[in-house]
Amino acid sequence: MARSLTLRASVLSAAILATLLAAWHLATGGSGPVADMDPEYAKLMGQTAVQGTSAMPGPLEVGATLWRHLSDPFYIRGTNDMGIGIQLAHSVARVAAGYLLAVLVAIPAGFLIGMSPLMSRALDPFIQVMKPISPLAWMPLALYTIKDSGLSAIFVIFICSLWPMLINTAFGVASVRREWLNVARTLEVGPLRRAFAVILPAAAPTILTGMRISIGIAWLVIVAAEMLVGGTGIGYFVWNEWNNLSITNVIIAILVIGVVGMVLDQILARVARLVTFPE
Amino acid sequence: MTEKSFISIEAIARRYPAAGGGRTTIFEDLWLPIRRGEFVCMIGHSGCGKTTVLNILAGLEAPSEGVVIVDGTAIEGPSLDRAVIFQSHALLPWRSVLGNVAFAVKSRWPEKDRAWIEAQARRFIELVGLAGSECKRPAELSGGMKQRVGIARALSIEPKILLMDEPFSALDALTRGTLQDEARRICQEAGQTTFMITHDVDEAMYLADRIVLMTNGPGARVAEIVENPLPRERSRTDLHRHPSYYPLRNHLIDFLVTRSRTFRDAPPAGYDPRHPPLVRPGATPGLVAGAQPAPAPAGLARAQGA
Repeated sequence: MARSLTLRASVLSAAILATLLAAWHLATGGSGPVADMDPEYAKLMGQTAVQGTSAMPGPLEVGATLWRHLSDPFYIRGTNDMGIGIQLAHSVARVAAGYLLAVLVAIPAGFLIGMSPLMSRALDPFIQVMKPISPLAWMPLALYTIKDSGLSAIFVIFICSLWPMLINTAFGVASVRREWLNVARTLEVGPLRRAFAVILPAAAPTILTGMRISIGIAWLVIVAAEMLVGGTGIGYFVWNEWNNLSITNVIIAILVIGVVGMVLDQILARVARLVTFPE
Repeated sequence: MTEKSFISIEAIARRYPAAGGGRTTIFEDLWLPIRRGEFVCMIGHSGCGKTTVLNILAGLEAPSEGVVIVDGTAIEGPSLDRAVIFQSHALLPWRSVLGNVAFAVKSRWPEKDRAWIEAQARRFIELVGLAGSECKRPAELSGGMKQRVGIARALSIEPKILLMDEPFSALDALTRGTLQDEARRICQEAGQTTFMITHDVDEAMYLADRIVLMTNGPGARVAEIVENPLPRERSRTDLHRHPSYYPLRNHLIDFLVTRSRTFRDAPPAGYDPRHPPLVRPGATPGLVAGAQPAPAPAGLARAQGA
């Protein structure tokens, strides 16, 4: 039954994809010559007026360009012409650096907040004010203080990944079942062992949920951040291709951003499954 | 009596700040001695602070007043000498059966090597009849099996005192019976000093050497301590044929139905909370101090006790 459901779902997915591609193809195909006009005038007017086609590429064109990108992803032919693999690698590296820094700060800090009602109360106003700030609003401040656009992008990723992890860790730690803590107390378990053998495994599913939210936000923000700081990265690639008026490459970048985001999310979902326990 | 006692609960009270100012007293002036190797059950209605008394014995909570002395030392916190079996079994769900018991063993003997810890854990898993399930997670076990793991975990640290907080109340009747048999066998073989909270009259009669009756809360106290007149060697199958069975059962149920309230509101003359009356309901009604003259019919008693 489950197998046939999977099968039916895949068939339906494929059908939806085919419909969308067909609609896309038809919509960008153009309606043929729209008017009989003087060739000189036609040159001035461009394709849209003459052939009814837009600058929007069709699926075949995008597919061909995508294939070209994927068959040679790592070339460097100058600062404005690098393979899409290189651009992605820069983005992923920035996200990884900012995200790992955030993990290093958020998990211990979340533990502290979760275990101490005093710290929880004391830090709550700061968290509440800092959390809704758009991470890009930090950018000018980061550029001014750090004086390095690459590091500033990493800082922006750090600051946007921090809050979901911090809040989830604090919540997970604070809501560890009283009876498990009582077991540890009656067994005279020391604070370190209690933290690592009871609280951490008990809070791990909640912590991983926060980490999964964070990686999603980090991947959303890196595109915008790289549009601002420029130089390298998939966000920069999108903006650069927009300036080149290559809608084909913009669409390809959008697809690739989606796929990489999904992969990052799935990696964390896998890890979350490892630490989840049935009750 | 006190000179022989292994645990001595002395004048403990538990008070909470009440909603409209002032303080609510759950129980107060509670005195109770427990001898070494004795199985004591405490019975009372919800709200009389039974669980709080157990938590104070465990060291998980501190009394508002009074002290508890165990083996000559006042309790100041949880100790590995006192193991707790929780009502909700409180197993760590991410650990296997072996992992849960080994966690306790490792806490008790941190210096021992892994093989020794595992052997000790396996010994107690076998004792509660769970050999073969060592690698299962708690989620894969039935309620009764989970509680067996809870018992194995508590016993594996070889505590001086075993504290049980309504350990079988969440189980179905059949499983409860089996676990009561096992608990009785294990505690008797080991001469384990045990303090157990229950609201099940039959459970208390079957397991306990002495049954402590608590009045209703707030302001609960130990009303009396009932010596179990049933023979120490008892079996579930013919327990109810013993001549003392119904006098004891009626006495306990009468207490729960009416006297737990009247006793608190109007304690009998000469009642001294420090030395609660010791009664031994038996075939001769004269020995039962303050008992109701007409025992309730057995059928009624059964319905109320269930």
